[in-house]
Parts: sequence; C-alpha cells; structure tokens
Amino acid sequence: MDATPLLEVRNLRVEFPSRRGTLLALDDVSFSIAPGEILGVVGESGAGKSLTGSAIIGLLEPPGRIAGGQVLLAGQRIDNLPYEAMRKIRGRQIGAIFQDPLTSLNPLYTVGRQLVETIRTHLPVSESEARQRAIRLLQETGIPAAEARIDHYPHQFSGGMRQRVVIALALAAEPKLIVADEPTTALDVSIQAQIISLLRRLCREHGAAVMLVTHDMGVIAETCDRVAVMYAGRVAEIGPVADVIHRPSHPYTVGLMGSIPSMDIERERLMQIDGAMPRLNAIPKGCAFNPRCPNVFDRCRSERPDLIDAGATRAACWQVEPR
Amino acid sequence: MTTATPPAPGPLRRFFDGDVWFSFTSSPVAMGAAAVAFLCVFGALFAPWIAPHNPFDLASLELSDARTPPAWNEGGSAKYLLGTDDQGRDVLSAIMYGARVSLLVGFASVVMSVLVGVSLGLLSGFVGGKTDAFIMRVCDVMLSFPSILIALLIDGVGRAMFPDAHDTLAFAVLVLAIALPGWVQYARTVRGSTLVERNKEYVQAARVTGVAPLRIMSRHVLPNVLGPVLVLATIQVATAILTEATLSFLGVGVPPTQPSLGTLIRVGNDFLFSGETWITIYPGLALVLIALSVNLLGDWLRDALNPRLR
Amino acid sequence: MTAPADSAGAPLVQVDDLAKIFDVSAPWLNRVIDRKPRQFVHAVDGVSFSIRKGRTLALVGESGCGKSTVARLLVGLYAPTRGSVSFDGVDVRSLDPVQLRTLRRRMQMIFQDPFASLNPRWKVLDIVAEPIREHGLVTDADEQRAKVGELLASVGLAAADADKFPHQFSGGQRQRISIARALATQPEFLVCDEPTSALDVSVQAQVLNIMKDLQRQRGLTYLFISHNLAVVRHVSDEVGVMYLGRLVELADKADLFAQPRHPYTRMLLDAIPDIRMSGRQRTPVQGEVPNPLQPPTGCAFHPRCPLANARCSAERPVLKAFQGIQIACHAVEEGRA
Repeated sequence: MDATPLLEVRNLRVEFPSRRGTLLALDDVSFSIAPGEILGVVGESGAGKSLTGSAIIGLLEPPGRIAGGQVLLAGQRIDNLPYEAMRKIRGRQIGAIFQDPLTSLNPLYTVGRQLVETIRTHLPVSESEARQRAIRLLQETGIPAAEARIDHYPHQFSGGMRQRVVIALALAAEPKLIVADEPTTALDVSIQAQIISLLRRLCREHGAAVMLVTHDMGVIAETCDRVAVMYAGRVAEIGPVADVIHRPSHPYTVGLMGSIPSMDIERERLMQIDGAMPRLNAIPKGCAFNPRCPNVFDRCRSERPDLIDAGATRAACWQVEPR
Repeated sequence: MTTATPPAPGPLRRFFDGDVWFSFTSSPVAMGAAAVAFLCVFGALFAPWIAPHNPFDLASLELSDARTPPAWNEGGSAKYLLGTDDQGRDVLSAIMYGARVSLLVGFASVVMSVLVGVSLGLLSGFVGGKTDAFIMRVCDVMLSFPSILIALLIDGVGRAMFPDAHDTLAFAVLVLAIALPGWVQYARTVRGSTLVERNKEYVQAARVTGVAPLRIMSRHVLPNVLGPVLVLATIQVATAILTEATLSFLGVGVPPTQPSLGTLIRVGNDFLFSGETWITIYPGLALVLIALSVNLLGDWLRDALNPRLR
Repeated sequence: MTAPADSAGAPLVQVDDLAKIFDVSAPWLNRVIDRKPRQFVHAVDGVSFSIRKGRTLALVGESGCGKSTVARLLVGLYAPTRGSVSFDGVDVRSLDPVQLRTLRRRMQMIFQDPFASLNPRWKVLDIVAEPIREHGLVTDADEQRAKVGELLASVGLAAADADKFPHQFSGGQRQRISIARALATQPEFLVCDEPTSALDVSVQAQVLNIMKDLQRQRGLTYLFISHNLAVVRHVSDEVGVMYLGRLVELADKADLFAQPRHPYTRMLLDAIPDIRMSGRQRTPVQGEVPNPLQPPTGCAFHPRCPLANARCSAERPVLKAFQGIQIACHAVEEGRA
C-alpha cells in the first residue's frame, strides 16, 4: 500500500448556522483512504456519515458549511476550491453514487447520452469513442444487450438495473475515488447482493478507491477493507473490518454489533443500548456516548477522547488508554 | 427506560416560539401590511363610533358644505379631512362606513366559499370514484365562466325573484354571487391534500380500529389539509372585496342606502371631470390599500407556511 | 392445508386460498382509443396458512411478493377477491356489522413508517385513546388518561408523554406509541407490517425486545411481515416465504433456516450479507423479480431457478406437505433438489 493516502480528511468540522444557534454536525472527523482501498463509513441516522460524503464531494446543502479542517485529495486541498475547480474534480477524480437510482438519472435523456456526456466532459475523446466506452461500461456492469439498451431511457430499466447504470456513470470518467452513499438501501435483498459484489469487483478492476457510506453492517462486512464507525458527528472507532466487527473496543461499536440480529447465533433478547443518539443541539460534554455507556467513569464526562490505539483498531474511548 | 423529552408548552407559547411567528417578525413587509390591514379593519368595524361624521344621517348634512375639497387644499377645512361630496357627506366618514360594508361582504363570501369548498374537496378526495369525478367536472365547468358574469347572473335572478324584498336579500344574494365562483379553488386544493393524507398510515390505523369514514374525514384528515386553505382565504378576501366593488360600481351590488367603497367610487366618478376628483380618488385609494395589504399578508403567509422555503 | 391443531385447540387465525386482484387498467377512454386490454395484478394469488395462539408467523419476501397485501387483507383494509379468513374458528364473511365491530377489537395492526403512522395534529393521549373511545371501553376521561398512561409505560415511555405531539419523538419512540395504540383494546392478534424496517439497528433492537416481552406477558399472536431474514429469525416461530403473490415454502423456523428447500428460499438466504465473514459457500443470485403484470407461466420462479425444467414452466406447483414442511416446488417433490 502506498505511503501517501489518496484521500485524507483532517479534523473536519461542518456547521449549520440556524436561527437557534450554530449546530455542529461534524466535529473533528479524521480518516484516510489509501489508493484502491474500500473504506466503509457506518453509523445510525444523525451520526453524520452522509454529511461527511457530501462535504468531501463539495455538495453540502447550504447553510451547511465546512468550518474547519482540511480535505486532501492526492495531497492537494480540495475543501477550499472555488466552484468551477471543484466541478472539474467531481466526476474526473471523484465519482458519486447516491441512494435513490430513480432520481440519480435524468429521466428525459437516454442512458447512453448521459454516459457519453459524462465521458466527454472529463476525457478528450470523440463521440464515437465515448459511445464505445459507454457500451463497454454497461457490459461490465452486467447489463444484458448493452448495445441496444444504451439508447433506452431510465424508466425502461428496473431498480437494480438502474443502479448498475449509476455505477457505470460513476466510473465513466475513470475517477480515483468513488463516494457511494447508501447505494443498496433502496434495493431488494437479492439485488443488493448482486450490486455490492459488482461494486467491489469493478472498483478493484478499475483501481478506484471507495468510500462506502451505509447503516448496514452486513454490506460493510462484504465489501470493505476498513471501516469507520461514526457517532454524533464524530468517529468512534476505525480499523480493519474483521477487527471492528469481531473484536470491537468502543462500547458503542460493541453495542451496535450486539443489537444486530444474527443469522448464526440465536438469542432470546437482542443486546440493546438504552436511550438514543443525542440531537445536534444537545451533544453531551466530554465523550458524546457517555450517557448511554455501560462502562462510563468520570473522565468520560468531562474530557473528549481522541482516537487512541487499541490493538488492531483505534477507538475514541478512555477505557482503551493504557494506564 | 423513560424518555427525557422536556414538558410540552401550551399552544400560545408554541405559536410564538414557532417558525411562522419568527418569519413574521423578521419581515418588515409582512408587519407593515398587517399593521395597515389591522388599521383598516379596525376603522371599518368601529366606524359608527369613531367616524367624525355620519354621512348617512340626512339630518346632519349641511348642503352648504357640499363639494368642499380636502383639508390641505385651498377652500378645504379641518372639519372634513378628505372633503365632501355633492350632498355634503364627509368623504372620510363615507370611506369608513363604505369599507365596513365592503369588508363584511368580503369576509362573509369567503367564509361561505371555504365552508362549501373544503367540504366538497374533502368528500371528493376521500370518497373518490364517481363522486370525485362529478365534483371535479362541476369545478371545471364553473371555472370556465368568468366570475363577474356568474355574479351578475345570480344577482339578476335574485332581483327578478324578489323584486320587493330588496335590501336584506340584496346582501345575501351578493354574498352568494361572490362565493359561488370562489369555492372551486378550495375544493381542488383540499382534494389534492386529502388524496395524499388518505393513504397515510394514521388514516389506515383509524380504519383498522373501526372508526367511521365521516369521523376519519373530519377529525383526522381535515386538520391536516387546512394549511393551504388559510393562505387562499386570505388572498381571496382581497379578491372578494374587489369583486364586490366592481359589482357595486356597475350598480348591481349593494343597495344605495348602504354604499360600499365601490358605490362611492361610482358616485364620485360623475364628478371627475368637474375637478372634484377627491370624491372618487380617496375611496379608490382606500380600496387599493385594503386589497394590497391583505394580498401582501397572504403572500407572506404562503411563504411562511411552505416547509421547503424555511 | 392446515397445520395440525395441537392440544390448545383450533388455530386462532386461518387463511384459505386468499387472493386479491387489483384492476390497474388504464381509464376507459384510454382503453378504447389505444385499444389496450384490461390489466390486472394478482397481488395475492391463493395463499393459505394458519397461526396458533401465542405464536408468531413471519411472512418474508422481496418487494412485490404480496406480503403487505396479505397483512391488509387480514385486518380488513382490503376485501379479498377470493378465499376466506377465519378468526377463532369463525369465517369473517359470515359476521354481521355488529360482530365485525367486536372483531376489530381483537385484532390490530402496526405499520412500517413511524412518521406517517401517527396523526401529526393529535396529541399522543388522543392517538392512543382513540381505539378505547371508539369502542366505548372506558368512558370516564380520567380513567382514559390513566389507561393511556399504563399503555405508554408498558412500551417503555412515560405517562407524561401523553400530552406531547408526535414530532417531539424519535422514530423508535413513535413506533412504540404505535404499539401502545395497537394494544389499547387488548387485542389477541397483531399484524405487524415491517415495524422495524425504517429504524436504526440499535433502535430496532429495543423495539423487537419490547414486542417479544409483550407477546410473552399477554399471550399475543403475531403475523410479522418483513424482508429482513435475520430479524425474522429472531422473532418468529414459523416462517412463510412468498414470491409474486404465492407462498412457496412454509415451515417451522428451525427447519427453514437449517435446511431451506425451495430454490428461492435458498437464494434469499444466500443473498444475506455475511456479517460474520464465515466465508460460507454461496450460489450467486440470478435475475430480478419479474413484472407482476406479466407473471411467468407455471411456477413464477422458474426463469431464475437453477433447477427449472419443462414442467416448471407449464404447470404451477401447489403448496403441499413434504417432510414436515409445506412447499410448492416440482423439483423438491421430484427429488431433484
């Protein structure tokens, strides 16, 4: 693995000024993605995982704005670029896949036209060359009879097929990084399995790194190399996927893994974490998880922990610190 | 495992804490329009007590004061701030009394439109099928007639049917004439919202419990579809007042014993070319002021209640 | 095709050959002008099962399989096109309006969307008390409030929450309010339509635990609809797998998960992401759910089935008893699976 990470996020802070005060939606988020690596960002609603993806692509909905920290792509800062410069990066260097395939594609243009347009915007190729590339991409994503279907409209594809087209679109300009925000949540279970294996295979083949944002731990287990667990706008734990799932250190991760009903072990009651994730305007002092933590002690309530080495993973938890 | 949500505030507190009130206090236009509208309504409502004169009390009129120009012109006097007409009636007082009539007719017709329109819209959206189709076709037909024509028609029919019982009936007929073309927009809006709400799970939960459809319509769906109605009603008050003014101007509105702003404008129209412009201009301005302030309020309300713009 | 009645007596809920056909034809004028034929969707196409008292039957399947429609048929939100629903041994069609009303007290439903399940303009007190007021179970206002307080406490909320509005609660809390409302008339049978699908995993755990506790405490019978097999495994006693309006396999939970026989069941189980990363062997999934307006002939699954033969595309398999489970598959019957 390369020494220079492809994507580096350092101490990212995202704020939402509102009439009731400024809400801090992301607080000091840091992680990195190596070239060709698949990083999962997992968390429950309100944890800030989608916001992280939007901030990186530069598509934060106003009045949200980046209030601190840096986002570096291949060593260069992209969080402070003007609109035009960021637009060139989007598509060429960073591709995006969103949750709803129905709204990700323009219903008025054929699939081929959208692919060709994306390819020609970012790569210096002719119209016919672009069309050939588009057909190849559709074939790679498993769409049968690609030469004919390239001239179909999005509504003529089923949900799973549409998501394949969206993946083709994201890969069209050969980006180095793909940000995928809940790409399989809207799909049936059997289609979900097809799409995640496709995503994994294609990204490996094209050498693209992936930042996969989802709430589904199963999808993470199947696709990712490393995973970051987010809670209340902060990273709670980060590490290789097998270690975070089987040997988590942060109490939130432990609770999260325990509350997922398992196909293998049968239990009478699922482990539950009492309470709920705090709202943005009511984040506790110190560690955000402290009101719900079974192992809380005094330091947790006053001081906020950074990510600390805990063996194979790093966890933002004072328990982990060697005493 | 208990919740930690704070205690619920009362309805008044909720209103003043809410986004709507905030949007009001941060919009100078809305506050200005509301102030003007409030002044007009206040002046009109309490006209019998606060108007400087009673222009319809024939005994108090002084013909010698007829055709006095407004106070700041040459020949004007402070007694008649906006001048008098050809019979010595104070224009300012006439405006206040006239506005009273205009506003009364305006509000009454809107209330009627809302009652009819919301009920039919709710029924149409909830029951669906042939009832829905029928009501919507009636709406389509009504929309293809200009409202003034419908008003004239009803008024004509009313006069023909009751040539003697004119005064009291005239008001009822007038209100009906203005309300009748107006209910259609409420019906359509409410029908659309009803179609959406009908499929929501809380309505289905009520059906599973066995609640009767009428009760579901009135107690569950109705409170949730009233939002846009409020906006429409506010704007329609202005339209109703203008329609009434038009009808009265044409001579088929309110009876001449209780002139509205429209009547005043018509009466004053005859004096435009003799230079006594104030008799028609000031009632006209008053009409514009009322309609404008109510329209601005309605605009602000629509934006304030629109969740997407917040 | 009923499950053998155990010593507790006849099943509480019995469904025979239930079907629901929706007319989705274009309006009459369009049909005449464009010469389009009438179109129908067989959302539910001959489903039969029974549920014994105190047990949970889960209906599982992907979108378009008809499981939500079955739920709505059972509680009377739709009228069946064909077939019968029997509750406590009595056919629902034979009831007069008064008896039907009494029946409504005994069964209730919990919905998927916690945000649309509660009327945003009503206080929680009124929402939970509505079934009580509708059926006149408690008439005194103070007693009603006390009862609502009890119900809220039984789902882990505070009695003081009764004076709040739904928007003041989170998704998980709203779902608990829905459960409290469903329990207001002390029903025996609850139909749960994907009650936790819209919730986060940790919140889901809370709600599922509450539902299991309540079932134990009150002897409730559940019909649990879900697309999530892991959740189904956690809550159910028996599982029915549906595909395009038909039941393809119906078995005890242990049998179904230990030894799935129908090719579609196997495909579904294989498709579940392997969170334990045990590296188990999986057959790749093929194809997509067909258009319900043009269902395949014969067995609805045959275009995607690795074991399909000529008979499968011509003859529709019937749900039959086989080695202790019920299954609708030619390949399994013939011993090819």
